Amino acid sequence: MTTARSATTVPEAGTVVPAGLKGILPVLLALPVLGLLEWLLRASPFATYLLSVMGVNIILAVSLNIVNGMTGQFSIGHAGFMAVGAYLAGFVSLMLKGMAISFLPEALSDQVFFLLALLVGGLSAALCGFLVGLPSLRLRGDYLAIVTLGFGEIIRVVVQNTDAFGRALGLSGIPQSSGVGAVYFGVFLVVLVARRIAGSSHGRSLWAIREDEVAAEAMGVDTTGYKVRSFVISSFFAGLAGGLFAHFVPIINPGSFTFVKSMEIVVMVVLGGLGSTTGAILAAIFLTLLPEGLRSLFTTLGAEGSLAQKVDQIRMPVYGLLLVALMLSRPQGLFGTKEIWDVLPKWWARRKKGTS
Amino acid sequence: MAQLLQHLINGLAAGTIYALVALGYTMVYGVLKLINFAHGDVMMVGVYMGYATALGLGRQAQSSLWGVALIFAAAMLGCALLGFFIERFAYRPLREKPRLTALITAIGISFALSYGFQLDLGFKLPLPGGHELSLALPGASPRAFPEIIRPTEWLIIGDRDVVIWNWQVISLLIALGLMLVLQYLVYQTRFGRAMRAVSWDHRVAALMGIPTDRVIALTFMLSSALAAGAGLLYAIKDTSVSPLMGLYVGLKAFVAAVIGGIGNVPGAVVGGLVLGLVEEFVVGYAASTWRDAVAFGFLILVLLVKPGGLFGRVAAEKV
Repeated sequence: MTTARSATTVPEAGTVVPAGLKGILPVLLALPVLGLLEWLLRASPFATYLLSVMGVNIILAVSLNIVNGMTGQFSIGHAGFMAVGAYLAGFVSLMLKGMAISFLPEALSDQVFFLLALLVGGLSAALCGFLVGLPSLRLRGDYLAIVTLGFGEIIRVVVQNTDAFGRALGLSGIPQSSGVGAVYFGVFLVVLVARRIAGSSHGRSLWAIREDEVAAEAMGVDTTGYKVRSFVISSFFAGLAGGLFAHFVPIINPGSFTFVKSMEIVVMVVLGGLGSTTGAILAAIFLTLLPEGLRSLFTTLGAEGSLAQKVDQIRMPVYGLLLVALMLSRPQGLFGTKEIWDVLPKWWARRKKGTS
Repeated sequence: MAQLLQHLINGLAAGTIYALVALGYTMVYGVLKLINFAHGDVMMVGVYMGYATALGLGRQAQSSLWGVALIFAAAMLGCALLGFFIERFAYRPLREKPRLTALITAIGISFALSYGFQLDLGFKLPLPGGHELSLALPGASPRAFPEIIRPTEWLIIGDRDVVIWNWQVISLLIALGLMLVLQYLVYQTRFGRAMRAVSWDHRVAALMGIPTDRVIALTFMLSSALAAGAGLLYAIKDTSVSPLMGLYVGLKAFVAAVIGGIGNVPGAVVGGLVLGLVEEFVVGYAASTWRDAVAFGFLILVLLVKPGGLFGRVAAEKV
C-alpha cells in the first residue's frame, strides 16, 4: 500500500522538483521506505511470505490490467508468462549459484546475479509476449483469448517435459534472494509504468483500441503496434513477478502455473475494474488476504477445525460465483476505469490536493 | 501398417466424442455468438448424473439395454434442465451487454461447477425408514465409472494386430445417431428453421415473430443434452469420472470446434475427428505427455493460417 500510494501521487506532487529529478524522484523516495520495511519484517517469516505473495499478485494483476483493462484484449494465459519468468530466472540463479564476481563484495555480487536472473526472466517473458501479441494482427476478441489460453497451456506442457526444468518435480534450491523489499520494488515499478502509460498519448491510443478497434484504426491509430507493445510490457512484468516468486518459494513446479492461476489473476483484474490500476491493486490485496482471513476466522471460531482446511477448496467455487455475480450486477468491476481517488468523497480528494 | 490402422480406429473413436461435445459449443455460438466456457462442466455434471443413475439401478440392471437407455435419458434430461437454468439466470440478463461480459460469466460458471463439485461438505438428509439420503458432493478424487457396456473385443484382425472393441463401435453408432438427429432437427423442423433464423440475425428474427428467447433456451437445452450424451461416451471410454474432466475435455472439444470454424456444424464434426486423430498419433508415435501441447499448437497454427477456422468465414466488421 505504501508503495502504491507513493507511486501514484508523487508524480502529481512533483511541481516544485527540478525537471531533471522528476523522473527518478519516486524511485529515490521508495527505496529507503522499502529497505526499512524489509528490515522491520526480518523477524516474521509468515508476514514476509504473505506480503511477498501479495506483492507478486499485485504485479500480476496490474500488468494484466494493461492488456485486459486498458487495451481490451482479453488474455487468459497470464500464468504462462509468469512461468517463463519463474523458470528462466530460477534456472539462471541455479547456474550462477556458488559463483561470485571477484571485485565485488559477496553480498553485492549476489544481488547483481539476482538482478540478472530477474532481467533474464522478464525479458524472455517479454519475448513470449511479443510472440503471443503477433497473432493479434489477425485475431480479435474471443479468438485471441483462446490463443493466449493455448499458449499458457503449451508453456506448462513444455516445462513439464524439459529435463533442465526438473519435469513435474520442478526446480528447487533456488537461492532465497527476494524479500519484501525486492518484491515491492517490482510493484512500485509496474504501478509507475501502468500509471504513466494510462496518462500518456500511448495510453489514449490503448483506450481507443479498447473502446472501438475499428474506429481507432480509422482514426489512424496503429492498432497492431499498440496491441503488441502492451502485450510485451505486460508479459515483461509477469515474468518479473515469476522471477521474484521463484526466489522466495522453496520450490517451483508446473502445478503453480496452470489455467487456474491465470483465472485467479483475471478475477483480480475484473473485480478491481477493467482499466483501473488502483482497482487491480486493491482486488489483488483483498483476494490474497481473503483465504487467510477466512482461515484464521474459522480457527478462532474453534468448533470446526476441518472447515479451516477447506478454505482452499471453497476459494475456487467462490471465485467463480464472484465473477458471475459481478458481471450480472457491475460488469465494469468495482472501480470501472476510475482510480480510487476519483471515487473517494470530494472532501478527501480536496484535502489531498491541498497538501500537495 | 496394422499399427497405423489401430491408431486410426482409436483416433476416430476419440474424435467422434470430441465432435459431439464440439457440436454443443458450435450450436450455442451459432445462435448467441457466445463461447460457452461452461459447456464442458455441464458435460461433467451430466456424467455424474449418469453415474448416480447407474449406481441407483444396481449392477444387474445397468448393463441391460434398457438400463443403458435409462442412464443416457436421465443424464441428458438432467443436463437439459441445468442448461436451461444457466441460460435463464446467467446469460439472458447479459444478452445486450458486450460479448466479453458473457465470456467472463461463462468462465465463472465453469469454475463454480468444476470446483464446486470437488467440495466434500458431506450433508446428509435422514429419510423415513432408517435410510439416509447422502447429499455429499463427489469430492476431488476420480471415481471408477461403472461398466455399463461390458468391454469385449468385437473384431480382431490377424494375430491381435488390430482390435476393435464393442464400446468403440457402440459409441460411434450412438454419436452418429445423435448427429443425425441434430441434422434432422436443424434442417427439417420448424424449430431448426427458427434457430437458423436467430443465428442469422436475432433482431430481425424477433421482428418476424420468432420467439427468440424460447429458441435460444431450447438451443441451450439441446446442446447441454448432447454434452451429457458425449460425456457418458467419454466416461465409458475412460472408465472414470472426476470433477475436473469437464475443464479438460471441454477445452479439447472447444479446440475442435474452433479448428472446424466455430458456428459451423459440419466443421465441428470434422474438427473433432481431426483433433482425435492428431492426438492419437502423437500418443502413438511421439510422447503421450506432449498431447495437450500439440492440440493447442495445432489450434494456434490453424488460426494463424485461417483465422475463422477450417470451414468458418471471417465476418467483415461493421463500424
